[in-house]
Amino acid sequence: MLDVINDSMTSKEMLDILVAKNMEDARQAKKNGGLVCWSSSIAPCEFMEAMDIYTVYPENHVVGIAARKGAPELLEYAERKGYNNDICGYARANLAYMDVQHCVSEEMPLPDVVFFCNNICETLVKWYENLAKELNVPCICIDVPFNQGDTVTEENIRYVEAQFKQVIAQLEDLTGRPFNYEKFYEVQKIAAQNANDWYDATMMCAATPSPLNGFNMFNYMALIVCMRGREECGVTFRKLKQELQEMVDKGESGLKGAEEKYRIMWDGIACWPYLSHTYKVLKNLGCNMVGSTYPSAWALRYTPGNMYELAKAYTSMGNNLSLKGQIDLRENIIKETKCDGVVMHMNRSCKMCDFLQYEVGQKLQEDLNIPITTFDGDQADPRNYSKAQYETRIEALVEMMADR
Amino acid sequence: MYTMGIDIGSASSKAVILKDGRDIICDAVIQAGTGTSGPDRVMEEIYSKSGISPDDIKRTVATGYGRFSVETADRQVSEITCHAKGISFLIPGAHTILDIGGQDVKAIAIDDKGSVRNFYMNDKCAAGTGRFIEVMSRILEVDISEMGDWDEKSKENVVVSSTCTVFAESEVISLLSQKKNKEDIIRGVHNSVVSRASGLLYRTALEDKVVFTGGVAKNEGVYRSLVRELKRPVYRAEKPQITGAVGAACIAWNDLQQ
Repeated sequence: MLDVINDSMTSKEMLDILVAKNMEDARQAKKNGGLVCWSSSIAPCEFMEAMDIYTVYPENHVVGIAARKGAPELLEYAERKGYNNDICGYARANLAYMDVQHCVSEEMPLPDVVFFCNNICETLVKWYENLAKELNVPCICIDVPFNQGDTVTEENIRYVEAQFKQVIAQLEDLTGRPFNYEKFYEVQKIAAQNANDWYDATMMCAATPSPLNGFNMFNYMALIVCMRGREECGVTFRKLKQELQEMVDKGESGLKGAEEKYRIMWDGIACWPYLSHTYKVLKNLGCNMVGSTYPSAWALRYTPGNMYELAKAYTSMGNNLSLKGQIDLRENIIKETKCDGVVMHMNRSCKMCDFLQYEVGQKLQEDLNIPITTFDGDQADPRNYSKAQYETRIEALVEMMADR
Repeated sequence: MYTMGIDIGSASSKAVILKDGRDIICDAVIQAGTGTSGPDRVMEEIYSKSGISPDDIKRTVATGYGRFSVETADRQVSEITCHAKGISFLIPGAHTILDIGGQDVKAIAIDDKGSVRNFYMNDKCAAGTGRFIEVMSRILEVDISEMGDWDEKSKENVVVSSTCTVFAESEVISLLSQKKNKEDIIRGVHNSVVSRASGLLYRTALEDKVVFTGGVAKNEGVYRSLVRELKRPVYRAEKPQITGAVGAACIAWNDLQQ
């Protein structure tokens, strides 16, 4: 795919081409008899890439649907089918899409295999099992235990590492070919480099003013989710970093048409159905979202070829950390990106985020004396959000930041 | 020098004129909120009651759900900050505020200067708000202003769910059909509101003095239930509905000093 982008393009041009081509390639692969995999967002794509299995990402697909206001039809379909509206909106919309196979965004080909890693949440287990059962396709799982303690234990890492052999055997069965260890190593080199390039580019928001606003970062996230094992992903992030560095050198802000008066951390998943509203309210009050857990979420660092380190990277990612780990992660983000306040999205879809949120918020206030506000919303379901409530809370947060 | 604070809520419109940042010269309350004739009527009333001309008002701050619809306002400030400033002005030494309005419940922790330390608000749900009591008063066929008096006569404990207005409404209908006494059901409704609101209070940080504001603070039944729940004195401003507007007028005055 490297032939479709070149260095004369801006990173935004590269992004647009790659995102559009990614799903088109998956559709073509399916048409030509290739294997398509549906995968959770932070599962080791290295295995699928090594076996030339075209991988697409339901979470990212639903993001596109929700941001284009197309989620309600799918959510209602899932609810009629028996999925309660307390269940994750990504899961509901995707389980509906499996049947409907039509949406307002790109059409995603049905899978020949589903693959998940429960390092980001436990809903995935039943969600992917249901997909596999209903579509009658194999389900490959990497089971990652939650890190209850303050450290990621040796036992947990070894347990995850041991499952890699099973994944390889399952893929050999599925494809009828021996596992391609040579390509596997090459993909690891690319993915590890891409992880660094993603982190380096997105952490440019530590500069003051930040050349990147967090809502713009959300656009680039599509690449790190969907193309982490491809070279062009890193090419785009390196270009992005170069562009952001040029802005830093000129002292330019990424907040278009507004001065960066306050820097905030966004806690939790974006409220995709109201992305524009959540962004504009912040921007109009001079708030730039410079901190979030997204840069570190895909900073999966390991030495290519080292299976223990690969297992450790996927076991140690932010969502899978204890309460203390989650607090430390956020405190470091706030300090590194110099945030003045925190906006916490009480996201009805994500129990993982919500159940920790109150304790995390209390500790951030206590340790850093930083003001916080919370608002109700959802990553996919527009029914859980109120514009007026969001506006009032953000205004109050700004007034608190101004008062300090 | 006069400043004005206007609080346009979801259920009522309030205005206050403050002289020299010290004395409340006049206040007005109309029981009709944003999107109604309430905002215009409250302005007419405050000018006619006070005899002060609009030209004499040096600065106006608007707050409340309908704050952006007030054309005469020099700026808008959130209800949270306005309640904090208003209560700090009216009841010095206050550190915790519970405000229950038409569709919002807010718990606010403030410092000695009236600056907001922390706040939590209700989620996207009407349980525990003024609207909740209004819905119940209709089912019970008791005027909302008389709910407090009825509550005082209660002798038997009746529990009304605090999780959802719609379910609580069915629950009240069912209690009525079971021939439960109205006064007991009303106390159950008030306890339900306090149960919901106190959850926010405990989360925010509960420190003396605790002050209860908003239209619902006029309801003696809810007030008594809150005192029972918190087991500590709870203060109320003389006119609990206007504290946001008082805060807005104070902020307008502070703006002029800078």
